[in-house]
Amino acid sequence: MYKWTKNPESRSLPAGEAMAKWMKKNLFPTPAQSMLSIILFSLILKMLTPFLDWFVYDAVWLGSADDCRQASGACVAFIREKFTFILFGFYPREYLWRPIAAIGLFICMLWYSKEPSRWSKRLVRRWVVYVFLWILLMRGGMFGFELVPSNKWGGLPLTLMLSFVGIVFSYPFGILLALGRRSKMPVIKAFCVGYIELIRGVPLISLLFMSSVMFPLFLPEGVVIDKLLRAQAAIILFVAAYMAEVVRGGLAAIPKGQYEAGEALGLSFFQIMRLIILPQALKIVIPPTVNTAIGMFKDTSLVLIIALFDLLNTTKTALKDGNWLGFSVEGYLFVALIYFIFCFSMGKYSRRLEYELTTSRSH
Amino acid sequence: MSEMIIQMQDMNKWYDDFHVLKNINLEVKKGEKIVICGPSGSGKSTLVRCINRLEEHQNGKIFVNGTELTNNLKNIDLIRAEVGMVFQHFNLFPHLTILENLTLAPVWVRHETKDQAEEVAMGYLEKVKIGDQALKYPGQLSGGQKQRVAIARALCMKPGVMLFDEPTSALDPEMVKEVLDVMVGLAEDGMTMLCVTHEMGFARQVADRVIFMDEGQIVEEADPETFFNNPQSERSKEFLGQILH
Ligand SMILES: Nc1ncnc2c1ncn2[C@@H]1O[C@H](COP(=O)(O)OP(=O)(O)OP(=O)(O)O)[C@@H](O)[C@H]1O
Ligand SMILES: [Mg+2]
Repeated sequence: MYKWTKNPESRSLPAGEAMAKWMKKNLFPTPAQSMLSIILFSLILKMLTPFLDWFVYDAVWLGSADDCRQASGACVAFIREKFTFILFGFYPREYLWRPIAAIGLFICMLWYSKEPSRWSKRLVRRWVVYVFLWILLMRGGMFGFELVPSNKWGGLPLTLMLSFVGIVFSYPFGILLALGRRSKMPVIKAFCVGYIELIRGVPLISLLFMSSVMFPLFLPEGVVIDKLLRAQAAIILFVAAYMAEVVRGGLAAIPKGQYEAGEALGLSFFQIMRLIILPQALKIVIPPTVNTAIGMFKDTSLVLIIALFDLLNTTKTALKDGNWLGFSVEGYLFVALIYFIFCFSMGKYSRRLEYELTTSRSH
Repeated sequence: MSEMIIQMQDMNKWYDDFHVLKNINLEVKKGEKIVICGPSGSGKSTLVRCINRLEEHQNGKIFVNGTELTNNLKNIDLIRAEVGMVFQHFNLFPHLTILENLTLAPVWVRHETKDQAEEVAMGYLEKVKIGDQALKYPGQLSGGQKQRVAIARALCMKPGVMLFDEPTSALDPEMVKEVLDVMVGLAEDGMTMLCVTHEMGFARQVADRVIFMDEGQIVEEADPETFFNNPQSERSKEFLGQILH
């Protein structure tokens, strides 16, 4: 990648001059492009000023709902008031440190796991330990932790759990489906094709409904499976079908010669898949895989229709508070910002991963 | 008969209705070097690929080192362990280093330790004169270097016979010689070799027999001197006229 600052000529210039040179080259190289730059900048300015007026000058940062109603700007006070509820739902206030710790640890784990050089069996074991910690913190009911049943969970921890567990399980399941779809055994192939097409043909909402309304009818009396768990299963089953199609694209991109070289060396089918084909195929499809993951992160918000209190549902509930009616713009902007932070990070990480995995083995 | 390493008896193969290989009879002794040539589409690749079951034959028999090639997976594994193969387009594994390309099969198929496998691999890399490239990735090598790696990779499995399917056809002319030199060296070490190639210099230098194929049949079989100086069939005369002109 070429960066203009790396050019020794421009580096030796004083900062101001270098900046002027950069602007001349990138913003005003020809009259027509200069015009475009000016128009775009003025448009941005035109939009920025009213936004600043609304969000800063006329906004109510501290104060009551009445103060907000009298002001013409944003009601940041509403967010301050509802902050805890939006992020954590009905989780008992006295144990609030537990979901906070769980999320904090989660982010640490993600941060630690992002280097491909750390991907090993040990890391998997650490995640298993983490999952137990999560259950201990969120649910409790052991080691002196007060039990908080899952119907009290809500907000960010719920959204993160549904998405993360959804991705971790749907990815390998999707890989198996993709392999099955390419299998020469007709029964396996038919099952996989049928599954993928069926799941892709129905909306996630209907799967969620089935998991919450219909599925319990099939269970023997007395057996109750947690509603959250059922929703989680529905999400995994749903996303796996999409992951399968993404992975299939990667498999199709691997030349036949790679299989043949493996066979000629005496490797078994599973060794060829695991050691030769999948490492290449999965790398090719990092961008669409992350795209699917981002899509599912946002789709978890659909669980609100079966009355689970994910991030979007806690926000909607906060907006219904009789004392604080009429601040939906603020509420939705806030929740959008949270979604954006996570989705943007995923996209950025995907680009970095792709870059790192391809530069070390250029071909 | 134990010195027969490959035997094909009345072997036939079809792609759907298309009869690619017709009544092939071929015997290869241990240590023999055989060059197969013939016009494009005559079935040379298919013939060679039947030997290690990259393609399945429909009738007739194939034996490798006394083991019959059937649908029995154990036999297929035994045979693949005995047969090394080098492809026209190298087929190196781009996501692995050169050294990992060489050690993959010894570690996973022959259950050698990583250290053992690496030692053997380095030995073969030295032999094909690219020991200094061991930690690079295939994408960083030239075509000739890639093909030499591919040869070393096959040798790491200690095969009793090596199959080559046009190993120099995808190379720039200046790289052909470095690959042929490696193959000549291999021949001098006594390796049994079946080479599909149009490199007539190589054929003259190392081949014990030249096999000429056309339209799925073995049309002529002779030692190189006889074949090049005194071809018997019309088709082989025509073919030689085209490639030697
Ligand atoms: N998978 C396949 N399905 C159908 N026909 C095939 C297949 N592979 C090869 N053929 C046909 O079989 C014939 C023999 O092919 P083969 O690749 O063995 O020829 P070849 O002698 O190696 O030719 P070349 O010198 O071009 O490599 C050709 O006519 C080809 O079109
Ligand atoms: Mg061929």
